Amino acid sequence: MATTEKMTLNMGPQHPSTHGVLRLVLELDGEIITKITPDIGYLHRGIEKLSEYRTYHQILPLTDRLDYLAPMSNNLGYILAVEKLLDIEVPERAQTIRVIMAEMTRLESHLVWLACHALDIGAMTVFLYAFREREVVMETYELISGARMTSNFFRAGGLSMDVPPEFEKKVRDFVESMPGYLDTYEGLLTTNPIWLMRTVGNGVISAENAIDIGLTGPALRGSGVDWDMRRDNSYSGYENYQFKVPVGENCDTFDRYKVRLVEMREACKIINQALDRLKPGPVLADCPQICYPPKESVYNSIEGLIHHFKIASEGYPVPEGEVYQGVEAPKGELGYYIVSDGSSKPYRLRIRPPSFVNLQAIEQMSTGTMIADLVAVIGTLDIVLGEIDR
Amino acid sequence: MAENNRAVVKLKEKFAASIIDVVEFRGEVTVTVKQEDILEILTFLKQSLLYNLLTDLTAVDYLGKKEERFMLVYQLFSIANKDRLRIKAPLTEADGHIQSATQVWATANWLEREVFDLFGIVFQNHPDLRRILMTDDWVGHPLRKDYPLQGPDREPYKGRLS
Repeated sequence: MATTEKMTLNMGPQHPSTHGVLRLVLELDGEIITKITPDIGYLHRGIEKLSEYRTYHQILPLTDRLDYLAPMSNNLGYILAVEKLLDIEVPERAQTIRVIMAEMTRLESHLVWLACHALDIGAMTVFLYAFREREVVMETYELISGARMTSNFFRAGGLSMDVPPEFEKKVRDFVESMPGYLDTYEGLLTTNPIWLMRTVGNGVISAENAIDIGLTGPALRGSGVDWDMRRDNSYSGYENYQFKVPVGENCDTFDRYKVRLVEMREACKIINQALDRLKPGPVLADCPQICYPPKESVYNSIEGLIHHFKIASEGYPVPEGEVYQGVEAPKGELGYYIVSDGSSKPYRLRIRPPSFVNLQAIEQMSTGTMIADLVAVIGTLDIVLGEIDR
Repeated sequence: MAENNRAVVKLKEKFAASIIDVVEFRGEVTVTVKQEDILEILTFLKQSLLYNLLTDLTAVDYLGKKEERFMLVYQLFSIANKDRLRIKAPLTEADGHIQSATQVWATANWLEREVFDLFGIVFQNHPDLRRILMTDDWVGHPLRKDYPLQGPDREPYKGRLS
């Protein structure tokens, strides 16, 4: 009678399906996982510590580098928290453009998720298609902010600048063609027997356990919990848009896949509604203590130059107090908790990253399953190490 | 108003002696409580008032600003009632430990590990209190205010010279 012993296997930090520098120490009994110990922190840059030494304006570029697949959502959460502390109103055009870009970001993030998730499981075609569409979102980023990924576009009080005239047509064309592309992806996957075998019944987590472990976003809705911050804790004018919040039933990888695909279709609808509402107007609040002056004034008048210099060098004081602002980022609830002592730098900035909390569920979802299914679970959790490690 | 908040009313009834302060700022209610009673209060909030999601758990270092150096911050959310509540508990440096919330919410596991790692606060009865972001052999707790930004034993950055 042959005896067997458990094997310890190191997965990552350099492994194509761990989506970055995630390291998992697996204890295996044959191909069955008996224990998972995630090891994170390889990408820790101390963003929370750095933020305590920077003015509120200087922190914004750091937020791009959290979830680098959804920079505009990160910008939005941070800016909303600062605006809440400052208690300022944002012009309607700026709010609408923020909604458009936040939803474009959701499309982008979900496209990367779908591409990598499918590739991990073995469907390469979807990867190539989804990256083709993602490229259009990247071009839109470049069009309005000059950068493809680190957008740094929103400002306390509005936007850094107005969007160029060709923006509307580019976005409209994209969201009009997107449902057709989604049909293509679904045609490749939704009824594909291999896809079904790999995802149905994989990574099951009940609604109760999902809430207990703190899942948010599509991962929580896949377990049947009907909660979306855009609808239930509305921000940035989301209460003015009509959209459905999809929920799953079977709490498995396949349901989370369906939830995210419906979310992409709904994002297109929100963008269409937002484009209809888009009217000419200012994109920055009339708040000279906080907002930078227009460039014409900086280049052509001494007052404008002094104004610009003053905000750039000293920042602006923010009232003493503490706020928490969450947004429905593509991966879940992204929250910023800021403690202000009344100076122009935050006393403490805490980022609540959705991926960090969601990753905790991996132990529950994968212990006792086959090692090949672990790859599908990592994909379905949709993690980004930039925001886990901060 | 903070006085009419459903949680504040119930907490004042049940834990009147533990409440240090109730503040409302920008529509957000913050209740500061004594750290000895934190576990009972959190359990009560979850079970009786349906704050079923622990959104976030973190700490703030008030070195030299307040008598108690650390402030634990719990962000709660109720999916059923769709409202938020912030619970805070001050902690002196000499004391340095607080009851773990892991038995109330499983989420607290990694969140408390992070606070332990970056602030050096010890959570009692935590199932697996190890460093999480820094390496296991790291010395010091980076988010403390007396920890230098550039790291230990290095010259502070003086800005660009040109």
